[in-house]
Amino acid sequence: MNSVTVQVKNLNNKLLLRFSGELNLYTLPHIEEQLQVIEFSCNVPVEIDFLDVESIDTAAALFFENFEYKYTKKKLNISYLISKHDIRATLDLVKNNVASKQKPIEAQKDDFFYSFGKSIYQYYLGLLSFFNFLGNIFATKFYYLKSVKNIRFKEIAFEINESGIKALAIIATTSFLIGLVVAYQSAYQLKIYGANIFLVDMLGISLLRELAPMITAIVIAGRSGSAFTAQIGAMKITEELDAMRTMGFDPYIFLVIPRILALMIVMPLLVFVADIMGLIGGMIVANVDLSISPTLFLERFLSVVDIRHFFLGILKAPFFAFLIASIAIYRGLRVKDDTQSIGFNTTKSVVESIFAVIVCDAAFSVVFTNMGI
Amino acid sequence: MSIIDVKNLQTTFDGRVIHDGLNLSVNKGEIYGLLGPSGCGKTTLLRELVMLQKFSAGEVSILGHNLSHIFHHEAQELRKQWGVLFQAGALFSSLTVAENIALPLVEYTGLSKKMIDEIVSFKINLVGLKQSDALLYPSQISGGMKKKSALARSLAMDPKLLFLDEPTSGLDPISARDFDALILKLRDLLDLTIVMVSHDLQSIYDTLDRMAIIDNKKIVFEGTLDEVQSIQNKFIETFFSDLR
Repeated sequence: MNSVTVQVKNLNNKLLLRFSGELNLYTLPHIEEQLQVIEFSCNVPVEIDFLDVESIDTAAALFFENFEYKYTKKKLNISYLISKHDIRATLDLVKNNVASKQKPIEAQKDDFFYSFGKSIYQYYLGLLSFFNFLGNIFATKFYYLKSVKNIRFKEIAFEINESGIKALAIIATTSFLIGLVVAYQSAYQLKIYGANIFLVDMLGISLLRELAPMITAIVIAGRSGSAFTAQIGAMKITEELDAMRTMGFDPYIFLVIPRILALMIVMPLLVFVADIMGLIGGMIVANVDLSISPTLFLERFLSVVDIRHFFLGILKAPFFAFLIASIAIYRGLRVKDDTQSIGFNTTKSVVESIFAVIVCDAAFSVVFTNMGI
Repeated sequence: MSIIDVKNLQTTFDGRVIHDGLNLSVNKGEIYGLLGPSGCGKTTLLRELVMLQKFSAGEVSILGHNLSHIFHHEAQELRKQWGVLFQAGALFSSLTVAENIALPLVEYTGLSKKMIDEIVSFKINLVGLKQSDALLYPSQISGGMKKKSALARSLAMDPKLLFLDEPTSGLDPISARDFDALILKLRDLLDLTIVMVSHDLQSIYDTLDRMAIIDNKKIVFEGTLDEVQSIQNKFIETFFSDLR
């Protein structure tokens, strides 16, 4: 089975190729190999003998079609000897349906500068469309909030529970561990200088001002931001957003603004929890490692850590929440009609919102320091 | 009396022309079909009619509103007067079937919960669903039931105009014929005007009063099924070949 033989004969100024057996996908590599070795001179006609061939499939027929094309281009005559009707039929089928050889479609290769410029331009367009989205929220949608009855309290409450209350445990654990680790690492250094008590200053200020809001924002971006993108993206694919629009329900009112507001309301509360848990972590390390009792810790905390540090951290939270929610929803709305783009946009949403939070935090840091707060 | 008037409508996507001067009109009480080979822009036209997509030039007027110059509140009014059935139903996945149907009523009317429940169970009955299906979520029901539920939702506000995007696609032949019968019944009962995109020949023969055939960016035919046979066009000849 699957055997094929090729005989090459030179007679009367004519090259005779005699095939026998089955010409198909499996025997084709063998034929190709055989024919490659043969050097064809440019002025000898070729005769292909299929008299002993049992069957031919379209792959083999395509091979002979290409073979013929190549040699007729060199002004060589090719003739076939065929007895079986179905072999002729297969060859004709391929000949009539073969893709045009005139213009082989080449994938256009862009040079480096072109593709670099193109991707920069794409980023620029992406940024513009994000601004367009923000403008859409501010210009037309906050108009609805003029009246109390347009605010969708039920959705907001639902989202607060979904993305805030349910994230409480993970945020508490994460910030507890961060407090613990920061205190533990600095305890070792502080012990060398006998500056144990300064742990409270350091931990208090860094946690309240920076660490707690940042950790909360990162956890929320990964947890709730990605959920927003995936939910809205899936709704877009199943045409639910279109259905809402045709029923006169603006998706911005029903989906976008409740989510943004919910996150902006719940985020400061989460930061507050993160503050407490981080300090508890630090307090445990201080007690165990540096023998600072909780009472002493709290006394020192009250005298050296100003209340403004706490308020600064809380103040940042709604800004972070706005960035996370708006980027996540924007990414959700950008999902195209295929499943791949949900994954793509969810990843983008998390990466971009964490990046935006860090940039925003840096800006706050500079502004507040210059203001002397 | 025409409910929908489309005059010289043009659509281009990034320089690619989809519609080049479409003219059609849909009369009151008709079941009107949009037909054509795939990729000819039937669904795009339907999306333009329901204001999901903007057209590039031309005029569309629906129930006396010109879509090119329409105020936001007029557009909202218009949306309450039509129902749209999407190809896969597009039921809101976070709500049960009953909640889906009730949603427009809850949002737009001051009806009591008891009244809304009654309307919902009436609509569920009307489209041929069982009352026990009402409490299921869209992920728990079959494709045919999704379409029926979505139809019930689009009928919730008693619209005058119904848009259907391939209502019988994805249904088995028996459910598809049932759906056709349902559409005919609803048209007679509720005095609806129905515009639908369809590929299903049987459904076209059974339900349509008039149709527009889009081919090669233009309308090649508008009229009744009897008139279509005299038209010389490659698509029409192949599509309606059993009719000849």
